[in-house]
Amino acid sequence: MTGPAAGFAVRLTGIEKSFGPVRANRGASLAVAPGEIHALVGENGAGKSTLMRVLSGMYAPDAGTMEVDGRDVTGWSTAHAIAAGVGMVHQHFMLVPPLTVAENIVLGREITSHGQLDRAGAERAVAELCARTGLVVAPGRRVADLSVGEAQRVEILKTLYRGAKLLILDEPTAVLSPPEVDELWRVLARMRAGGDTIVLITHKLDEVMEISDAVTVMRHGETVGRVATRETSPAALARMMVGREVALAGAAPLPPAPAHTATSADRPALEVRELTVADPRKARAVDAVSFTLAPGEILGVAGVEGNGQTELVEAIAGLRPARAGAVLLDGRDVTRLTVHERGAAGLSHIPEDRQRRGLVLDYSIADNLVLGQQRLYTRRGALDGARIADNARRRIEQFDIRPGDPAAPARTLSGGNQQKIVVAREMGRDFSVLLAAQPTRGVDVGAIEFIHAQLRAARGAGKAILLVSADLTEILALSDRIAVMYGGRFAAVLPRAMATEEVLGAYMTGAAGQAA
Amino acid sequence: MNGRLRAQLEETILPPIVALLIAALVGDLLILVYGQSPAAVYRLLIQGTWGNAYGLGQVLYKTTTLTFTGLAVAIGLQAGLFNIGAESQLAAGGFAAGVVGAMLPAGIPSVVLLPLFIAAAAIGGGLVGGAAGALKAKWGAHEVITTIMLNFVVLALLNYLTVAHFKVFDTLHTADIRSGALPRLSAVVPAFHGSAANVVLVLALAAVAAAWWYLYRSRAGYELRAAGLQPGAAEYGGVKVSRVWWQAMLLSGAVAGIGGLNFVLGYKHYYEDSFASGMGFLGIAVALVGRNNPLGVFLAALLFATLSQGGLAVNAVVPKQMVEVLQAVVIIAVATSVPEVRRLLRGARRSAAT
Repeated sequence: MTGPAAGFAVRLTGIEKSFGPVRANRGASLAVAPGEIHALVGENGAGKSTLMRVLSGMYAPDAGTMEVDGRDVTGWSTAHAIAAGVGMVHQHFMLVPPLTVAENIVLGREITSHGQLDRAGAERAVAELCARTGLVVAPGRRVADLSVGEAQRVEILKTLYRGAKLLILDEPTAVLSPPEVDELWRVLARMRAGGDTIVLITHKLDEVMEISDAVTVMRHGETVGRVATRETSPAALARMMVGREVALAGAAPLPPAPAHTATSADRPALEVRELTVADPRKARAVDAVSFTLAPGEILGVAGVEGNGQTELVEAIAGLRPARAGAVLLDGRDVTRLTVHERGAAGLSHIPEDRQRRGLVLDYSIADNLVLGQQRLYTRRGALDGARIADNARRRIEQFDIRPGDPAAPARTLSGGNQQKIVVAREMGRDFSVLLAAQPTRGVDVGAIEFIHAQLRAARGAGKAILLVSADLTEILALSDRIAVMYGGRFAAVLPRAMATEEVLGAYMTGAAGQAA
Repeated sequence: MNGRLRAQLEETILPPIVALLIAALVGDLLILVYGQSPAAVYRLLIQGTWGNAYGLGQVLYKTTTLTFTGLAVAIGLQAGLFNIGAESQLAAGGFAAGVVGAMLPAGIPSVVLLPLFIAAAAIGGGLVGGAAGALKAKWGAHEVITTIMLNFVVLALLNYLTVAHFKVFDTLHTADIRSGALPRLSAVVPAFHGSAANVVLVLALAAVAAAWWYLYRSRAGYELRAAGLQPGAAEYGGVKVSRVWWQAMLLSGAVAGIGGLNFVLGYKHYYEDSFASGMGFLGIAVALVGRNNPLGVFLAALLFATLSQGGLAVNAVVPKQMVEVLQAVVIIAVATSVPEVRRLLRGARRSAAT
């Protein structure tokens, strides 16, 4: 262990926390020096969020001791944690959309006069806080109208308003565009300069290297080590996280596309013509988007979330009606076909939200492995249990899903293994076009590596893949061509060779170019 | 694997037992308030139900109706729909069977007519349930609201039709069914003499088996439960969720409707206004306590039938409303003890493991 020998802002020792049979923390420890930005890294399911919820008082530890500023605070409540200046910004925002920025920030600590909410007073207080911290949001705007980056600023402001001196951020960059990430780093650096302490949960190693002073690595609920950032490297951290050597995304360049593919002479595997998708709030979530996708090609779609990617993918999959335009699979118009018919025509789909769409969480692994193909596993109206079990055995082995018990409910699996069920189902079957939406979101480094290898292998086998991802590293590592989606349109479609993070970043914010 | 099975079994069986014990305890207190001996009252309750053939017959008769209404509510809940309309669906099913039966000439064997009666009752109940389902699928009208409102509409309509067109003079029931009525259990076991239990009980058991197969073994059941658990995932899996909604409500209503045969075909051999008398509403409690599992529904139906009949048996010493309070306590205890007992079991297992 390095770092200051005494005077830690936070010191957690031997933290144990179990949920049912799952031991999320097994003797985990953490030591954070005052005034540092401390990165807490580890694969999904390593116990990072649990440990931080213990620190912020949301969970009481089963065993272990907690010290904040040298004071024993083991098992304190959130109220105590807030009073002591410990605040957590959650991965999923906890804001009330119809209320204004100021109303959200003062919620729970409202400024009142004669039992009435003092709106003007609240807005003044918030404006003053914005000015002091450099986190700028208009206090009078409705949260529902904010961008994701702005909403996150409100979350941080809310925590600071309650007097946080120790700020815990749970994967804050998952939903941000590169310029918004840079802005966040500036804010955090400014807070550090003002003497605040920050714990940053992440599994993006480049972020760790860029912003943090020290790193704690967790694996399987245990703390593997604490190192100073300048004394380590992404490869060394990845090794600590996974416990073995891993190929980081981008480290292995994509082999050149097979010679026969991606030529205009071939009939495209997927063609989208002037596709327009309506949205209840906006007139056009997807605005006349056209593209073609050749066999053996990966088209990456980059973009800040909420620019129409979800709607585009769901319209191609048949989950949303197209208001205008056409979708062609292998030259066949499938615009009017159902989800099931498109699947039968060779369309596979890894949905962006596995917990809501991709899996029935209370169904077993075996039952989830046939979701969407249940008609193929039916005999005279009854599900064919033997074939479903046989399919499960093969997929579990082939895709290394753990635990390997086909009867285990999907809910009990880690995020990475849940995603493996989806990937196994969609890539294990016969398909010609794959829609891969955020295929590695929230999964661990080991599973990312595995899923990327699967996508590359499918490309090599002549499958056409539409890869939608908020992760630029992933887009750059896998794509043959890259489209940037902004405001429901493709702002640019670039060959891989011309795309860099800077170029893509400019298109993602709408700063560069209009419709290509 | 074996451990998981055992754990599942424990988590299924223990909570209702705990709930029953809690209910018994509350019952003790209530009985003491009336200055009676709990042991004596419970003895009376058991004697009046399982203790003699007539009592048991009455329990089985009530179990039959409650099994159908419980299954109806359970099927809806498995599809994510809260069917509050089993009461009017039951009545409509019974009415349809009664009207069809009244029009038949004498002398046709039961075997021939039974499918006809089942179809009539299923259509009667299914129309009411299906209407709520169609309103939901087409316009998104919430099924809780529509089924509650349909209860009023349908029960009033049936009352009007009976009184205005179908009743026998000076009564509130339709004409006797002359052929196709089903025998009571007393025809087989004479000891059941006088009780209403009849062979529709066999139909109820068949419905339990069929519902179990449908929910857990058929493709339609796989899709129905997926739509109930996660509509988004079901839609992604190629399931038309709105279609599942109206089909599930149709089926739910049909099952409740077939329950009407118990009274109409097995007991009185005519339709009588307001024969349902709360058995549809009690089906909600049966489904809840039976955890929406067909076998659990049957066991819960036995329990509620016992309490309902037992209320009459103990009426001499304590008011029968006391048993209604007990039923309510069972419902509340089941609702709270399921998560609580499960939590305790898991805690115990964990400390045993370490």
